[in-house]
Amino acid sequence: MGLTLLQQNFRDWLRHADADAGTRLDLADARGLAVYQNNYRASLMACLEDGFPQLLAWLGDAAFYAAAAHHIDEHPPSSWTLDDYPAGFPADLRSQFPGDPEIADLAELEWRLAECFVAADAAVLELEVLGEIDWECAQLRLAPSVCLLTMRTNAAQIWSALSAEAIPPAATSTPEPVTLVIWRQDFVTCFRPIDPDEHQLLMKLQQGLGFTEMCATLVEELGEGDGVARAGALLAGWTSDQVLCLRAGAIGEPGREIGR
Amino acid sequence: MANPTTQFGPKFGLGLRKPHNAQFLEGDVPVDFVEVISENFMVPGGRPRDILRRVRAKHPVALHGVSMSLGSADGVDQQYLLRLRALADEIEPLFISDHLCWSRIGAFNSHDLLPVPYNEEALAVTSAAISLAQELLGRTLLIENPSSYVQFARAEMTEWEFLAELCRRTGCDLLLDVNNIHVSAVNHGFDPRDYIDGIPFGRVRQIHLAGHSKGEKLLIDTHDQPVADQVWLLFAAVMERVGAVAVMIERDDNIPPLDDLLAELDTARAIVREGITAWA
Repeated sequence: MGLTLLQQNFRDWLRHADADAGTRLDLADARGLAVYQNNYRASLMACLEDGFPQLLAWLGDAAFYAAAAHHIDEHPPSSWTLDDYPAGFPADLRSQFPGDPEIADLAELEWRLAECFVAADAAVLELEVLGEIDWECAQLRLAPSVCLLTMRTNAAQIWSALSAEAIPPAATSTPEPVTLVIWRQDFVTCFRPIDPDEHQLLMKLQQGLGFTEMCATLVEELGEGDGVARAGALLAGWTSDQVLCLRAGAIGEPGREIGR
Repeated sequence: MANPTTQFGPKFGLGLRKPHNAQFLEGDVPVDFVEVISENFMVPGGRPRDILRRVRAKHPVALHGVSMSLGSADGVDQQYLLRLRALADEIEPLFISDHLCWSRIGAFNSHDLLPVPYNEEALAVTSAAISLAQELLGRTLLIENPSSYVQFARAEMTEWEFLAELCRRTGCDLLLDVNNIHVSAVNHGFDPRDYIDGIPFGRVRQIHLAGHSKGEKLLIDTHDQPVADQVWLLFAAVMERVGAVAVMIERDDNIPPLDDLLAELDTARAIVREGITAWA
């Protein structure tokens, strides 16, 4: 048997405990074959356990491990890194629990927090340089850790309660979609719900909207006084949170980011 | 490039594990080097990369990988190697190592260290993968002997013969895991003395020591126990054959206080210093 076929048979043994595949491996001593399958499944299960601690608390052991085992059966890993394996679990949970959307939402939130934790570092905009910026040409962008996540359940409140080891609220659907901004402040992941207008502005910033255009949009919607005040408040909040980076041209040399 | 471990005799280190991060960052841990699992730090940024940079500022760091899949029939993943190269260029590691094993076939990645059949086809595939990896990484690789739980009926050579030939064909060096030799020897019924007699010791740059568990029928390489007495004996025999290597304890589960691991490392130092005779 060639190496490719041997490894395909080994894969089939690991995935399905396919006895024929095990026999085809032509082993001198097959007593240890089960060790590999145990290692394979145990490492994936541990990966999901580690990746979704609040989901585990929400579902309880029996439901969580059954859902995880189903996921492992149906969705073998393919990425170069085991750290990516949790990425597909939220979508699978949406299929496994169609009547309980908070389960997939809770999982999605935990996965996005994990991604945020190791997102690329960036020089974020600092409060002390705001006064030096040429706002006529300032191009803001979101820090690489920022993620906007929209859901229709109170999964975020459930997550917060569980992570504080408090009694979580009952799961409910929200009448309107709820958007969270997820980001990293220094090395700590954070999230908070945002209003629809802040959501829209953050999306436009992500697409390259200039700050003056953002102000103009707000002035058009809210009037001059309230629009400028709102723009200032949003800018101060985003800067304090470490959500923004500044593209080149505002101050200093082209291509340089301002801040730390 | 001069190998820093070859200049002054054996060096002694530990694997960096999360429960001990603070002590490594804030204290003065008496080790000559630290080994990290490469993949844990092959992330874009955030706290893991910050920890690695700060540990690197205090200690030489060896990068030990688990995902290179050098024995895969599909060949080595070049994107993986480029990620690893970027990390290596930043931290300038003491060594880069990975295992004699395969993990990936087609779109499937087991994330386990699976056994390679010791035959000419696998030797050619693994040699080509190591050569490409060394070219893309710009460094000599250290290849670690695995623990194994099965043997293929049509093996054409022993594991030690396979490793020796890999060294000859590719110029790679070896990371000799003494616990893995013991585990595989018990599981497959070979004499570990034959194994170490067959290893090209001039190529051994690093030594792993670890604990194992007893399964129903086999020993399992669990890294969740102290180093066993039989492994210390084997280590003594190995150290009679090498001088300048980097010796370290691997502990991945049931992780004890750092002082316990430092005490085990002192045992390794004492064995080297006092020249305890193996096989007494």
